[in-house]
Amino acid sequence: MTDFVQLLVAGVAIGSIYAMTAIGFVLLWQTSGTINFAQGEFVVLPAFTMVLFLIVFRLPFAAALLGTVLVSMLLLGVLVHKVLVARLLRMGVLPLVIATIGLSLFIRYSLQQFWTAQALPFPSLFARAPIRLGTIVLPWEELMNVLFAGAVIGALQLFITRTKLGWAMQAVAQNRTLAEVLGLEVSRLVTLTFVLNAALTAVAAVLIAPVYLVKYDIGVALGLKAFYAAIIGGFNQIRGALLGGLLVGLVETLSGAYISGPFRDAFALAILIAVLLLKPEGLWGVKEEWSS
Amino acid sequence: MPLLEIQDLTKHFFRFSALRMVSLGVEPGELLGIIGPNGSGKTTLFHCVTGVLRPSGGQVRFKGEDITGLTADKVYRRGIARTFQLIQIFPEMTVLENMLMAAQERTGTLLGRLCRREKAEETDRAMRRLEFLGIASLKDTPGSNLSYGQQKLLDFGMALMPEPEVILLDEPLAGVNPTMITNLVGHILELNGRGQTFVVIEHNMEVVMSLCRRIIVLSEGERIAEGTPAEVADNPLVLDAYFGR
Amino acid sequence: MTGTRRTVLAAALVVCVLAPLAFEQYKLYVASLTLVYLVLAIGLNLTLGYAGQISLGHAAFMAFGAYAVAILGQRGLPFELGLGLGGALAFGWGLVVGFPALKVKHHYLAMVTLGFNIIVFLVLRNWEGLTGGSFGISGVARPAWGPISFASDRAYYLYILGWAAVVVASAYWILSSRWGRAFRAIRENEMRAAVVGVSLRAYKVMAFAIGAAYAGIGGALFAPLLGYIDPGAFTLDRSIQFLMMVVMGGLGRFEGPFIGAVVVTVLPEILRASEGLYLIIYALAVMLMMLFMPKGLVGLWDRAVTRLGRARVMPGTR
Repeated sequence: MTDFVQLLVAGVAIGSIYAMTAIGFVLLWQTSGTINFAQGEFVVLPAFTMVLFLIVFRLPFAAALLGTVLVSMLLLGVLVHKVLVARLLRMGVLPLVIATIGLSLFIRYSLQQFWTAQALPFPSLFARAPIRLGTIVLPWEELMNVLFAGAVIGALQLFITRTKLGWAMQAVAQNRTLAEVLGLEVSRLVTLTFVLNAALTAVAAVLIAPVYLVKYDIGVALGLKAFYAAIIGGFNQIRGALLGGLLVGLVETLSGAYISGPFRDAFALAILIAVLLLKPEGLWGVKEEWSS
Repeated sequence: MPLLEIQDLTKHFFRFSALRMVSLGVEPGELLGIIGPNGSGKTTLFHCVTGVLRPSGGQVRFKGEDITGLTADKVYRRGIARTFQLIQIFPEMTVLENMLMAAQERTGTLLGRLCRREKAEETDRAMRRLEFLGIASLKDTPGSNLSYGQQKLLDFGMALMPEPEVILLDEPLAGVNPTMITNLVGHILELNGRGQTFVVIEHNMEVVMSLCRRIIVLSEGERIAEGTPAEVADNPLVLDAYFGR
Repeated sequence: MTGTRRTVLAAALVVCVLAPLAFEQYKLYVASLTLVYLVLAIGLNLTLGYAGQISLGHAAFMAFGAYAVAILGQRGLPFELGLGLGGALAFGWGLVVGFPALKVKHHYLAMVTLGFNIIVFLVLRNWEGLTGGSFGISGVARPAWGPISFASDRAYYLYILGWAAVVVASAYWILSSRWGRAFRAIRENEMRAAVVGVSLRAYKVMAFAIGAAYAGIGGALFAPLLGYIDPGAFTLDRSIQFLMMVVMGGLGRFEGPFIGAVVVTVLPEILRASEGLYLIIYALAVMLMMLFMPKGLVGLWDRAVTRLGRARVMPGTR
């Protein structure tokens, strides 16, 4: 029982990080039709940036975090959008997909080549004694992860549903042409989405760095998990990405502990097959009106 | 017996009712007009009949057979062809290829289509129709290079290719210049004279009133009137639908 | 295709095909690999370029062919049997994947096929009894017809060439048939295609299945190249490689896969000289290619062919 609760919390903790990555991914998909194959690298780059600010420049944590988020928003938000996305979007989905693949390779191998191929240790952010509830030991880190991620996602949700800008983004996501006709500056809103995604991945980076360590190739697994979370959770709802990410984290942690060897994979497999066959739009996704 | 029979056809989009219990019949050889203000469900009606949308309720019978809810390709193969309000052609294919495309799936089997090559007969048929419409010289032009009027004619030509029993024309005259209008109307009349059944959605009142002997009026998804052009023009419900509110 | 194109393509093919016979070892390997990738790219081009169905699971179908050949080879059965079985299995699974793919809108298709890729990878890794699990299968035998053995690199290159020619010819035959036109109709205007009688279901599933079958054949030819296969060769990365080939080459164009396979296979090799930087340069090249030639490098090919065509007409112009 003790173990189970601890695992549950651990699962939710890592899941909330996957969720943030997945949410950004889904946001980009929804507002601009971009399948961002570089989403994993969008987490790795800020992780390295954080190391730069925190360890190399020895800035205080808050400043380092702020700096990382800003750099991420600038490079991975504005720059990527202006240089790659804006020009390729009108050519259809595929050229952009290939370009993001190129981008992911570029970021990954540049970091490997110009910085280091080794894993960099990342200091534990919340070095406090764990909370004890009876026999259950809950590391501070995990709780803070959940809280932090929850706060960020909550803020995002509020932004999207309560602000004018957020509504405008929703409009673009639902019907791009109509939004343009109604006078919304679609291009600016798409830039905004990219900036938001960059902020999300930057926060995810800071939270996941102590767990995964900072290495040039962790983006591969992360990107895949974000994908997986979005497929299972539902591609057309933020809620889907959120719950999908949590589910992935939980399944990963629980099956890692209770199931051994080959069956671990089998479990993940089974969920994927079930979702694809029974509800291909995702567990929490919404079926779109499909004519004939 | 009516060639095409629509009974209590209904279509909802989530909470919005586009069509509500619409019934009508199309007699063989007739030129039926369907009019109504924007958003009255005319195109939705066509979509439901041709299998582009699945009706939420009601029945569509063609030559006595129930075709409700069949997919678009099956409806087409039974003999109902249509054109589109927003022109739908194959932009990268040439005019001739577009026409051949409209014919190829009606004959033979799927596997047969892999093995057998081009039939001269079909190309001849396509060319004859292109000549009838006056665009034969454009046969090798890609669809996207055609002018709006030419695309309209191609769309029309594609509907003629399979020698369908019924042709549904969705606003064939929209955005077309007066010379072309006379042109198109002439073609429709000539074909109708030879026995081709048409159902036409149009906003151009002058043309509809002079072309069609029977007109059905839709408003807000419901059928509100039916009759000869004169009867419909005088009908207060119709006037209300267009000018009231 | 016009006369000039055909001539140029034929000439280029003859050169590309015979030249590698002068190579040894590593270069011959790269040439062989390029041919194998060509087969796979042709398959994906059919599914994606012609019929417009996004597939991120192409490597999974490749695995069927590779493992069929490897496993049957372990039991002493002829290579061609493995190739046939692999192709058939891939075709069958292509049908299976094609069906749910129909139920979803095409942007979900990417997800469904990606899911399939993951599933196949996980199965390969865990079904140790059959596939050797993470350790894979080594010592995959090259084909032999009685006394004639294709074990040497040069001989195997010719063997691969033979199959590649068969695949190219069959693809040409399919695409120039009415099926080819139906595929293009689906890609250009799906709704209109349906309304002129194209059974979307039948054609989409076929595009998937045939593309998958080609991938299976490619996989079968791939296995004996290095003589060793493991699940890691059939991951999403690999599927993405094929995607890159087809898009960078030129979607829905017959010449596309040829160009794409060469670029994606040979370019990194050329760049290898730059040591550590080569992947970075490659990645940059990919991004630049997409920015400046989003319709694929086939555009450059078109220009070259047109110029050659004009050059032939020029002297003694009519």
